[in-house]
Amino acid sequence: MTTNGDQKIPLWRDDRFWRIALQILVIVIVVSVFALLGGNLTRNLRQTGNNFGFDFLKTSAGFNILDSLIPYTPTDPYSRVLFAGLLNSLRVMFFGIILTTLLGIAVGVARFSDNWLLRQLSLIYVEIVRNTPLLLQLVFWYGIFVQFPLIKESLNIFNSIYLSKQGIFLPWPSGIQGIIGLGILVICAIAAFIVSKRRTKVMVERGESGQPQLITLGIIGIIALLTLTVGLNWQRPMFNPTTNTIEGGLRLTIEFTTLLVSLVVYTAAYIAEIVRAGIQSVPKGQWEAARSLGLKSGLVMQLVVFPQALRVIIPPLNSQYLNLAKNSSLAVAVAYADVYNVANTTFNQTGRAIEVMLIIMATYLTINLFISLGMNQLNRSVQLRER
Amino acid sequence: MHKCGSLLVATLLLVASLTACESSNTTSTNTTSPGGNSTPASNSGTGQSRLDIVKQRGKLICGVDGKIPGFSFVNESGEYSGLDVDVCKAVAAAVLGDPNAVEFRNLDSTERFEALKAGEVDMLSRNTTWTISRDSSVGLEFAPTTFYDGQGMMVRQDSGITKLEDFQGKAVCVEAGTTTELNLTDAMRQRGIQFETVTFQQADPAYAAYAEGRCQGMTSDKSQLVARRSTLPNPNEHLLLDVTMSKEPLGPLTVNNDSTWFDVVKWTTFALFEAEELGVKQDNVDQLKTSDNPNIKRFLGTEGDLGKGMGLSNDFAANAIKAVGNYGEVYERNLGEGSQFKLPRGQNALWTNGGLMYSPPFR
Repeated sequence: MTTNGDQKIPLWRDDRFWRIALQILVIVIVVSVFALLGGNLTRNLRQTGNNFGFDFLKTSAGFNILDSLIPYTPTDPYSRVLFAGLLNSLRVMFFGIILTTLLGIAVGVARFSDNWLLRQLSLIYVEIVRNTPLLLQLVFWYGIFVQFPLIKESLNIFNSIYLSKQGIFLPWPSGIQGIIGLGILVICAIAAFIVSKRRTKVMVERGESGQPQLITLGIIGIIALLTLTVGLNWQRPMFNPTTNTIEGGLRLTIEFTTLLVSLVVYTAAYIAEIVRAGIQSVPKGQWEAARSLGLKSGLVMQLVVFPQALRVIIPPLNSQYLNLAKNSSLAVAVAYADVYNVANTTFNQTGRAIEVMLIIMATYLTINLFISLGMNQLNRSVQLRER
Repeated sequence: MHKCGSLLVATLLLVASLTACESSNTTSTNTTSPGGNSTPASNSGTGQSRLDIVKQRGKLICGVDGKIPGFSFVNESGEYSGLDVDVCKAVAAAVLGDPNAVEFRNLDSTERFEALKAGEVDMLSRNTTWTISRDSSVGLEFAPTTFYDGQGMMVRQDSGITKLEDFQGKAVCVEAGTTTELNLTDAMRQRGIQFETVTFQQADPAYAAYAEGRCQGMTSDKSQLVARRSTLPNPNEHLLLDVTMSKEPLGPLTVNNDSTWFDVVKWTTFALFEAEELGVKQDNVDQLKTSDNPNIKRFLGTEGDLGKGMGLSNDFAANAIKAVGNYGEVYERNLGEGSQFKLPRGQNALWTNGGLMYSPPFR
């Protein structure tokens, strides 16, 4: 019976057939498009006499780069200069993400401030920055930083910060002692985080005063402060009139500063809007309930509203981090030697367009997948856990 | 489910065989390209020469820099002028009989080779240095050098810098993707000088950063420095150091493996040199067609079949000269006494005057 019934349905009216057939059609289209493109590529490469391969990475690069975190000389191979470029990119992305988060959250929260001026300022900032292109902002900031004085008449702040066209010079920890000091600071931060979590827990769950934890926090604070002031062996930049250079300390080239500042200012405006949307998504009742318990408005935000807003904030925040990472490739406009800039030069010297483009794509893809991975973990930890 | 899987495999096999057929067939079937007007159809896989494509299109697409006065520069009304531009016009006149049948594309140093290889432009005439690696591994074909240049260094007059050694600890602005960047690094390495390179992907921001004082020096080909200096805010405050870091033979180029088209560009360029040597000028080219000199008659196409062999008309050289004049005239107009630069001919003089400009015989 049933088999009979099946046979009566014509093939073109069978829902199951179409479900499979459409999928096959999509596969056929995708495969043929890629086959066409691939065939075209190999044919063209053959015709211009270029053989696909990554051997060029071993040859000496021969060009100099401005910023490098690893020792690099022009005799080093292309692979090393690309790696130096990658580290430069990662440096901008790392500090960019940290700073942009801080600024973005601050501005986003400021939109709800009781202070009228603060509210208006953050509104103006967001609207100006969001409505002008990033490339324009890059050129704008570069135009500002390049107006710094020449190195011999560089702007000197408290004898420890120098501003000049050659870069911004800051005091920086030096030597073994500096590294140990930085390690102690990291340990202090982790310890403080654990203790303060514990303090909230005992106060909320057991109704204790939290006095012993507060004392521990104080001690950690004193240790950190001592390390910061004397333990790090701060090295101040010094102007050397004979060679006309500034020695010691940390040097941020104006190219790096420009890129970092524009990325942070630009992305933070978007993050501010995301934070605002997140906060507004928390029902008004939560505010009122928290206030009725006698919490001040700062504490309402910190303890009740913001943790709930995080659930809405984190997914779009992830996109902004990815955008920041990708936008860092605009470094070419201000001569910062990031991976895209260096790869561009490499491709020009070697003519290996496809190989170099593949390297760049793989690099950004990997970096962004890692950022997404981290953000997804974070997202999972703030989601509502239902039992 | 099992059935579905096998169906899938069968389809994939079918597709694979279809596409395999496709890719082996296109080489033979796709020889007739549509004779569209401005679509830069690539000749990849068709075995068709660029010459046929240009003739069909009725227009030459020439890649230039567009921002270097004297070589290629667009004025306010969108007109191109300069030595590089005149070479494009000469080729258009030789191939199509009309020097204005050229469409110029502004290309920066990072995109020029890809544009040429992808068939976006038919030829480049844009301050490109002839090097072995570009000729061999990058896959280009260099027509004769139209300007012998050398890399120089521009500094501010009041900077106190007089030689490369003074660059210890200082910064130099440079355009990326050029031989300049490599030569600079080599020159400094030889002298053991620690310096900084600030590498811009484009010339405009590089010169702007130099003008703002980010770099103490700006390096490029000397001709380009001279030309660009004229566009800086205070040209007199800048001077060129007396150093030559490299030899930079600049000339037009075409893509590899198209010798028909390469011959056209090559011999049109040679024709400019030959014309100067024979005394053929823009204003006397027509009357010299009746000259008694067999060399001139052959050159101008009134005798022999020199043009036909290349797929051009016999008077291709006459057309080119009529359009832009001989090399001497082109030089004088764009870079020499007739221009703002007043660059002496130097090594760019004819070989008969002690220079390097030399054309093989037209016979």
